[in-house]
Amino acid sequence: MSTAPTGTSTAPIGTDMQSYRVIRNKHVGRYVAAVITALLLLSVVLSFARADIDWATVGEYLTARSILTGFMVTIYLTIISMAIGIVLGILIAVMRLAHNPVVSWIAWLYVWFFRGTPVYLQLLLWFNIAIVFPRYGIPGLYEGRTVDIVTPLVAAILGLGLNQAAYTSEVVRGGILSVDRGQDEAAKALGLTGLSSMRTVVLPQAMRVILPPIGNETIGMLKTTSLASAIGATEILNEAQHIYLVNNLIIELLIVTAIWYLLAVSVLSVVQYYIEKHFGRGHAAQTAGVGLFNRIQTILGTSRRTP
Amino acid sequence: MTTTDSATTTDPLVRLEKIRKSYGANEVLRGIDLEISAGEVVCILGPSGSGKSTLLRCINYIEKPTSGFVIVDDQVIGFRKSPRSHGALRELKDQEVARQRRAMGMVFQRFNLFPHMTVQENITHAPRLVKRVATKKARERALELLGTVGLRDRAGAYPGQLSGGQQQRVAIARALAMDPALMLFDEPTSALDPELVGDVLEVMKDLARQGLTMIVVTHEIGFAREVADRVVFMDNGEIIEQGPPREVIDAPQHERTRAFLSRVL
Repeated sequence: MSTAPTGTSTAPIGTDMQSYRVIRNKHVGRYVAAVITALLLLSVVLSFARADIDWATVGEYLTARSILTGFMVTIYLTIISMAIGIVLGILIAVMRLAHNPVVSWIAWLYVWFFRGTPVYLQLLLWFNIAIVFPRYGIPGLYEGRTVDIVTPLVAAILGLGLNQAAYTSEVVRGGILSVDRGQDEAAKALGLTGLSSMRTVVLPQAMRVILPPIGNETIGMLKTTSLASAIGATEILNEAQHIYLVNNLIIELLIVTAIWYLLAVSVLSVVQYYIEKHFGRGHAAQTAGVGLFNRIQTILGTSRRTP
Repeated sequence: MTTTDSATTTDPLVRLEKIRKSYGANEVLRGIDLEISAGEVVCILGPSGSGKSTLLRCINYIEKPTSGFVIVDDQVIGFRKSPRSHGALRELKDQEVARQRRAMGMVFQRFNLFPHMTVQENITHAPRLVKRVATKKARERALELLGTVGLRDRAGAYPGQLSGGQQQRVAIARALAMDPALMLFDEPTSALDPELVGDVLEVMKDLARQGLTMIVVTHEIGFAREVADRVVFMDNGEIIEQGPPREVIDAPQHERTRAFLSRVL
């Protein structure tokens, strides 16, 4: 490396460093970016304000009974589908990593199928499952017509949950593989069985890797439930469509729906932050200071982190 | 834990019979026979790649030997005598092997503490889960063990907040919490900064003095000379020679032992 000064001045740096005044960078780009963004936002807001949108109607429908029940169905679908997705996903991930080749292959086949076809197609498939299996149960003992139990909501839960399990299993598998093998060995050396080592030592550590993508997928699921409107499940978008097909207030009802989605996603983001923090125990340095929520806390001065 | 000075009892605590281990065509252990009495401290020396660590891992069955048997406290590890067909050994299930492993504590080169648990939880975890020890009792015992390794005040810390030497001492306490009849140490000081080695060795010397049966894979020749009842020198998957430290270390009979010692001393 050259030891010559990089500036245009050729005067040597003196020995008394304290005599210099330090001039900080101005970060002009930040201000330019902020101004441009503000202008763009303003124009978008103005477009919405000037457009033929009846804002009073938006406010009115925001708490309409059918919209609220539709929103509850959306939340219900999200929770049940994610619960199925996570429980089944962990099971499939553990199966995939099992020594038993048949078990491992079954898990592979599951992921191959459910990840390889569109979720929309799977929803339609479950909705029409009665064509393939007209009756369910054990013949002679307990049976019934499939059409009677596979309602649009049940079909949506099956379709979304089973599809999610395929994705979750891959996330969980990656998380399990990210945990050092020595952890499992140490647990086994202490007399833990393979299963209790997995449950109490490996999985809790894998959680740190698993949770951020699961959080994202929960948020994704909240929005994917809107596909269930295609098979007639009465979630929020479906309810909104029912209303605007009658009164033609299309944009107003879509805005109402968007507000509810944004609200739910915001709440989920906060929950995600706290769950990740919990599973980051022992790895404080890696989780502290990330995420929008943390920054908001810092700004509001409510952060418990020491500065 | 065993009583002191029982090295002269008739039945060995550990008996290894013709242990062989290969990974594909690569034979790492080539028929190891070894007997260790209760209360004995055995140090295994040898160049890296000689199979020392693999042997240790075979003893507690983290690694399954390709052939041969490990007998600890009259139990064939990984097998049980079949009651139906005389002279047959039946392979044990995962849970049953886990039960057998309780007799052996193991300390790893890289500590392998559970990073998501506090120091105290690391120590109480297995006793509570495996031996169903009451939480309160397990905690008291953990503090007591932490006292013996000089870390009583760090019970609430996470492993990531400790130095390597402290982590290894916690790992020793964790293994002792299961009251093993035998302790296995796999290069316990190899991953430590030089100034932290002493504390860990000091704890191990204490355990040896208390009469705990120990098998120690190590590069610390000084420790072996001072603490070991017997030194086993391994090379290329075989035991080359063994005996008291003053014979094997100070007056080695075999050329390979001499070559190794001249490199490390």
